[in-house]
Amino acid sequence: MAASRANALYVRRRFRNGIARSLAYAAAAFGLGWLVLILAVLLFNGIGGLSLAVFTQDTPPPGSDGGLLNAIVGSIAMTILAILIGTPIGILAGTYMAEYGRHEKLTMIVRFINDILLSAPSIVVGLFIYEIMVAPMGHFSGYAGAVALAVIVIPVVVRTTEDMLRLVPDTLREAAASIGLPRAHMIVRVAYRAARAGIVTGILLAVARVSGETAPLLFTALNNQFFSLNMNAPMPSLPVVIFQFALSPYEEWQKLAWTGALLITFTVLALSILARSLTARRT
Amino acid sequence: MSEVALNDTNVAAGAATARAAVLNRLRATDTAFRTLTRLAVYTVLALLSGVILALVVGSVPAFKAFGFSFVITEVWNPVTEKFGALAPVYGTLVTSFIALVIAVPVGLMIAFFLTELCPMWLRRPIAIAIELLAGIPSIIYGIWGLFVFAPFLQKHIQPFLIDTFDGVPGLQDLFAGPPYGIGMLTAGFILAIMVLPFVTAISRDVFDAVPAVLKEAAYGLGCTTWEVFKHVILPYTRVGVIGGVMLGLGRALGETMAVTFVIGNAHTVSASILAPGTTISASIANEFTEAVGDLYTSSLIALGLILFVITFIVLAIARYMLLRIQQRGR
Repeated sequence: MAASRANALYVRRRFRNGIARSLAYAAAAFGLGWLVLILAVLLFNGIGGLSLAVFTQDTPPPGSDGGLLNAIVGSIAMTILAILIGTPIGILAGTYMAEYGRHEKLTMIVRFINDILLSAPSIVVGLFIYEIMVAPMGHFSGYAGAVALAVIVIPVVVRTTEDMLRLVPDTLREAAASIGLPRAHMIVRVAYRAARAGIVTGILLAVARVSGETAPLLFTALNNQFFSLNMNAPMPSLPVVIFQFALSPYEEWQKLAWTGALLITFTVLALSILARSLTARRT
Repeated sequence: MSEVALNDTNVAAGAATARAAVLNRLRATDTAFRTLTRLAVYTVLALLSGVILALVVGSVPAFKAFGFSFVITEVWNPVTEKFGALAPVYGTLVTSFIALVIAVPVGLMIAFFLTELCPMWLRRPIAIAIELLAGIPSIIYGIWGLFVFAPFLQKHIQPFLIDTFDGVPGLQDLFAGPPYGIGMLTAGFILAIMVLPFVTAISRDVFDAVPAVLKEAAYGLGCTTWEVFKHVILPYTRVGVIGGVMLGLGRALGETMAVTFVIGNAHTVSASILAPGTTISASIANEFTEAVGDLYTSSLIALGLILFVITFIVLAIARYMLLRIQQRGR
């Protein structure tokens, strides 16, 4: 009697364990399934529209064919400017936190604030830049878009720079100090060099993050139907064009939106895989 | 020999001044670099204060006009210039809640799979694949949700939900109305897919940090894998898991583009999760450039302020929880 009850308990526990394990397998398949499904749909809908015209012609008026040249160029221009503004600030701030003020209260506060900025809603960043740049200047501009993106770049770079510099062994720093190198020179010539791959990874991740951002551009850079390299005027970008075209009733526009979506996704995925492989080789 | 000695003192004196010059230069660059890095740190501080300040200043007209009742009013009428934040706030909370209800159990199970069940060689590829989901830009989720997922829900899932719960008290209202395809459930579901990688990644990290002896002790007592997970790993990592969930919640609350595509942008509070609604971020994205008049713009900025305050609190709690588990790990 007792034996059969113990046996029943054993069977029940094994049964529960089996269910939980299958659920875990199912959950993993579910998660991977979305990735496959999204990529498959993107390829299916986007690859048909992929042609040379996409890269050589500007966005068309409704009802005619065209490409995405102005949007691609606008995106690249604003991303480059955003990286040029955001990366130095991010690296320097990360340097202070990891090298000079490692145990300071200021560092702890900034780390907390940086983490908040890192996950803050990007649309709020757009509102912020609208208030401080677009409203005073009186018009939308590529500069405003780039600064909005830079605000998103900074926390990403700060975080990775600090983390990567902290991984540099202190013995290297001590060796540099022992031959009389001042701190700044030690940081630039020893610490940066040792953490270079990690810092580059951070920048790549920032580029990946920024190149898909739409919300902060909606009311900073706005959009522009024509090719424009004037950063002081409204500037088109790939994500905003996708947003506008996908919600339009015109078939040509929707098709271009899918093609643009395909381009962005594979750029972003390539960048994140590249970034990962950079750090993976070292560890 | 004496000549050389004479020269030596000269050289030594010259070397000393040259040395002093070099030292001074080094010291100057050192101080300059230090100041520069410190300035960059202050820039990060200034960014956050700037965001808060800009939002507060921008929302003053709206709060002046409507007072605190702005937060609890449902009306959103650009023509009569009457604005209230209730519908967007409600939509934001409901969609995020749906997202968590789906993403948390699934994310935990994936992390369980990755740390306990998955063969070693498969762990890294699967973890990377799940993390790539987090890298896909939100606009892609939006366009995919609008053209693929919403029609699928409209044709297959929503009629089924409506029929199944028709006549069931309570649930009947939750799943009421015509199947639009777009709406709060669709938005919540897409948010769930976007939040999933965050929950998974952080849960996996904290599960990995459980000391092996604890798990081995439980296995030694004859526990099954599931029992080890439920009674040893989960209780040990609870704080970290909650932190991860809060981090995911922070992302879901502020997510803009994916939601904007599929929410329907209707400023109403409806009991049915199949009905179109709006969220704070979707309202701003949809209406900000078209907002005419200071009060309209200011009301949208006030929405942004509310969103920022909510996410700030959620993220602060998340960071605090994660900090606690990190400190215990040391």
